Amino acid sequence: MTEGDDIDLRALDDEELVQQMFDDLYDGLKPEIEEGVEILLERGWAPYDVLTKALVAGMRIVGDDFRDGILFVPEVLQAAKAMKAGMGILKPLLADTGAPKVGKMVIGTVKGDIHDIGKNLVAMMMEGAGFEVVDLGINTEADEYIKALQDEEADILGMSALLTTTMPYMKIVIDTLAERGLRDDYIVLVGGAPLNEEFGKAVGADAYCRDAAVAVETAKELITRKHNQRAAS
Amino acid sequence: MRSFDDAALTEVGADFSPGAVNERAGRALVIGCGALAREILAVLRSAGLDKVDLRCLPAKLHNAPQQIPDAARRAIEAARADGYERISLAYADCGTGGLLDRLCEELDVVRMSGPHCYAFYDGQSAFAARADAEIGAFYLTDFLARQFDAVVWRGLGLDRFPDLLEDYFGHYDRVVYLAQTDDPALDSAAQEAAARLGLAYERRFTGYGELTGFLVNVSQERGA
Ligand code: B12
Repeated sequence: MTEGDDIDLRALDDEELVQQMFDDLYDGLKPEIEEGVEILLERGWAPYDVLTKALVAGMRIVGDDFRDGILFVPEVLQAAKAMKAGMGILKPLLADTGAPKVGKMVIGTVKGDIHDIGKNLVAMMMEGAGFEVVDLGINTEADEYIKALQDEEADILGMSALLTTTMPYMKIVIDTLAERGLRDDYIVLVGGAPLNEEFGKAVGADAYCRDAAVAVETAKELITRKHNQRAAS
Repeated sequence: MRSFDDAALTEVGADFSPGAVNERAGRALVIGCGALAREILAVLRSAGLDKVDLRCLPAKLHNAPQQIPDAARRAIEAARADGYERISLAYADCGTGGLLDRLCEELDVVRMSGPHCYAFYDGQSAFAARADAEIGAFYLTDFLARQFDAVVWRGLGLDRFPDLLEDYFGHYDRVVYLAQTDDPALDSAAQEAAARLGLAYERRFTGYGELTGFLVNVSQERGA
């Protein structure tokens, strides 16, 4: 039993409630997160603020503790499910309330690989940061990525791989983009536990991202840089 | 016959090498994953490789591969301090993304080839050739059949959060048990594991696969 079970969320002021939501997210308490989201909305919070200040900020704590070996995969998954439930309430509202649209990302786990927990987390955090995300799922071929990038007029390609045997496929996708003269049209981000910075460079990605928080930062930064370059040229 | 403590192999590893320094002269040491302990000792015994010793790191590192290179480094350094000159690693890449290879290069030791133990039991090329057809397969070995509850079920937190089963295994369609030995008890344990995961079941006998050749090489190689 966690403390949260006995707490009347409505009795808390905004700041306390957000703190409590951080704890509830950490503990993966889906109903409590849903209730917290509803309460903040009732109190007049903009959906985008609920998303970023309560959910995304809380999930960052989870991500940091996962990185530091304090939390493990099941806890992260529980937290992600709670966050997803909260986002489910906010999503229909976000579109109507002028939340910023930062850019569009096509993401998928590469061909031969069906690990998707990390990829899903990145997709969720990117959405939370205002990106539109097109998730191609698992076992994704080069042509599927490229077709989606073009059809969706996306800005960013995200590829995930968890197996040593499937990591090299990222290079095939990037090389195919290059062969078709499309490489410079997209920002390419790669991730997955066995990858590293050096590998990202070697396959020709724009960046390797260690986790979802870094993915969001990097995506924002590279999008801004790209817009500035476009404006300058 | 030795008795094995599978729980210890998972949690803390095990040292099967002789305690006395004078007994180590001229012997080679294999530092391996706890998930391979029983199998390595079986091959050493049946192939008559009696000049090779074994120390094992905890099999649970499997779920946290970023910790394997450091653990292997400490074990190699300790073994050198203990007087072993010929040391090899019974590890595949195991998701270290090349970091184990770098360690091997730095410390001048060899490791088993390939990405993971499923591939070297099955045979690298056979495993690779089946990859497309078995995209939805979750593999068990003798060790994982024995330690399914500890390494897979509890390792993934399914004891605490049974509702995560779909998140983990939603894209899988079958369990393929790569059997090192013909043991009806393990066959039924593996089958039961498949049932718990809600997946179809298939058994493929692999024997020890490339483990045997690796250990024969280890026993023959003269130190650098
Ligand atoms: C959970 C898990 C599974 C689950 C997968 C469930 C699922 N739906 O994905 C299950 C149990 C089903 C599974 C199966 C297998 N697995 Co597995 N698995 C893992 C484990 C323990 C954790 C991976 C994970 O989900 N981490 C949690 C997430 C949050 O972290 P992450 O994926 O690293 O993602 C973060 C970052 O990397 C980054 N990121 C990730 N993707 C992207 C993408 C972009 C664009 C960006 C910017 C960032 C980014 O951000 C994420 C969030 O912070 C790893 C070991 C490990 N600790 O890495 C082994 C591991 C990856 N698996 C491995 C293996 C071998 C397998 C199997 C072959 C095992 C088997 N017995 O059959 C099968 C695969 C079979 C097949 N047909 O493909 C090996 C790989 C070894 C190798 N040499 O490649 C590992 C390393 C375990 C090991 N040591 O043996 N696995």
